[in-house]
Amino acid sequence: MYVEMKNISKSFADCKACDDISFGIEQGKLVALLGPSGSGKTTLLRMIAGLEIQDGGDILIDGRVVNDVPGKDREIGFVFQNYALFRYMTVYDNIAYGLKIKKVPAKQIRETVMELIGLVGLSGMEKRYPAQLSGGQKQRVAFARALALKPKLLLLDEPFAAIDAKVRKELRNWLKDMISRVGITSIFVTHDQDEAVEVADDILIINEGRLEQIGRPLDIYKHPNTPFVAQFIGSSVVLDSFTGFKGFDEVKNDSKVVIRPEFVEAFKGDNPRFNKLISAAEKGTLRNIQFRGNCLEISLEVNGVILSTNRSLERRPVRIGDEMYVIVYRIYVINNEETAVHKNVLLKDINVEML
Amino acid sequence: MRVRKNDGPVKWVLITISALFLFVMLILPLIYVIVTSFKDGVQYFVNAITDEYAKKALILTVWVTAITVICNTVFGIFAAWCLTRYSFKGKKRISALIDLPVTVSPIIVGLIYVLTYGRQSAVYPILKNLDIKIIFAVPGIVLATVFVTLPFVAREIIPVLNAKGTEEEEAAALMGASGFRIFKDITFPHIKWSLLYGIVLCAARAMGEFGAVSVISGHLRGKTNTLPLYIELLYQGYDFTGAFAVSSVLVIMAVCILILRSIFEKNLIKNKD
Repeated sequence: MYVEMKNISKSFADCKACDDISFGIEQGKLVALLGPSGSGKTTLLRMIAGLEIQDGGDILIDGRVVNDVPGKDREIGFVFQNYALFRYMTVYDNIAYGLKIKKVPAKQIRETVMELIGLVGLSGMEKRYPAQLSGGQKQRVAFARALALKPKLLLLDEPFAAIDAKVRKELRNWLKDMISRVGITSIFVTHDQDEAVEVADDILIINEGRLEQIGRPLDIYKHPNTPFVAQFIGSSVVLDSFTGFKGFDEVKNDSKVVIRPEFVEAFKGDNPRFNKLISAAEKGTLRNIQFRGNCLEISLEVNGVILSTNRSLERRPVRIGDEMYVIVYRIYVINNEETAVHKNVLLKDINVEML
Repeated sequence: MRVRKNDGPVKWVLITISALFLFVMLILPLIYVIVTSFKDGVQYFVNAITDEYAKKALILTVWVTAITVICNTVFGIFAAWCLTRYSFKGKKRISALIDLPVTVSPIIVGLIYVLTYGRQSAVYPILKNLDIKIIFAVPGIVLATVFVTLPFVAREIIPVLNAKGTEEEEAAALMGASGFRIFKDITFPHIKWSLLYGIVLCAARAMGEFGAVSVISGHLRGKTNTLPLYIELLYQGYDFTGAFAVSSVLVIMAVCILILRSIFEKNLIKNKD
């Protein structure tokens, strides 16, 4: 483990930012700290950087306890949310600043800085000031500046938050590519699940100062440990009480049931493709339609519960109030951090894949 | 479509009222000061301002202003830094206390110092043993002036430091920059113009301070008389022309400061963009 957090806790005045958090991050991994705003993920990152001091617990970097080591001696690079570029310095001076402080010979500074500027693709812009750069360019400068002192760990706080949606996607790939090219262990904070899933090797999900789950994106998607994770990764419906649909037994009292849109299919009674499945379907009423850019998200009321599913735009148009059949292929039943997948027993004989 | 015009009668009424007000309150008296000071001829004016006591008062005023500005600049930067970069108990109270000198009448400030360091005070014997004179001496004048102009610098920088946030400083700190280096490279370029602006305001106020200084100085001609006090003295002695002549020196100094101020203000606005 390159970075290890052991029982970290931290409070601000009356709010608990981190509550007994422990995890480890392997060398060379690109890890996302994912959680809603106010969940304590940025605090966690700042504690690794030494910008905040934990109230309790140990932080280890490369096997060394760094509790009392100031941030500048932790061999880290930090990219701030708004980049925090020095606004009265040129791109060149921004990147060179740390090297100048370390009294690196001028010739060597020049080589390093020009190499970094080339790496991030900003050649020719070294004399510009931050105010003359676009959001994406600023991020590149911040990235280069963070790497100037050859850190062993790169920390990024919401690296894409200040960039408009269109450029964001492009930059995600760029950053992922850059980090793997440099080969540096990296941790980034985000509240955007798509971003985390797309960019990170591993995801840590933080909620209300607690670590909910850690794992590879696909594993987290497939096996959410808590209702929160199930809801946060992929859009899901969480039911506190489940009285049973066709094909499922009733679930015990203290368990929660999570149903993802992908697990639900809705069709009209006269659709020949679904003829065989009608016996396994419940009746539902269409309550809401949302256009999602590449599909429709439709919400249906079934047995007093609202389920949603995505509907291809190629299919027949539907209207609010339509009566439809709803099939649930499977559900997650979560009980004390244990997730079980329950499949629809009525579909056992039918080859679902053909649908 | 009808476009709302910007130059209705209201605009002209308001401009006229403001102009009249400024004329009556400001320009007319200023003209009067200058005219009266030359009433008895240029020679009298020159004599009045080259009088030995006038010169001493001018030098004292410049000294007091310089010391005050230095004190309050240093204090202002420290206070602003504390209040924007650290969180601690009683921070709000300190922030409110900084403004106190503006709300207290200067004459009370003078009295407070007389009571604290004067003959009837408990610290007086200690001061006397150490041979330090505060009341009816220059240190007292400086103290009172510093007190009265305390918030000017701090109040100018605090909003700028607040708006800027701490990330740039943190970034520099993570690269290993020392506290002084961070201030010099990162913070100072940012607060430079508002700091100068605050200094100018502080200097202007320090030069003209009358109330507090009047109580504490003892009006010793040539020793503890600042320009405002000297003017008052001349005026009380029915030397109106002399008083106005010396006043015009103070007015000229104020106008110079005003010009500096507008230059700094321009840069301040330019810097914000």
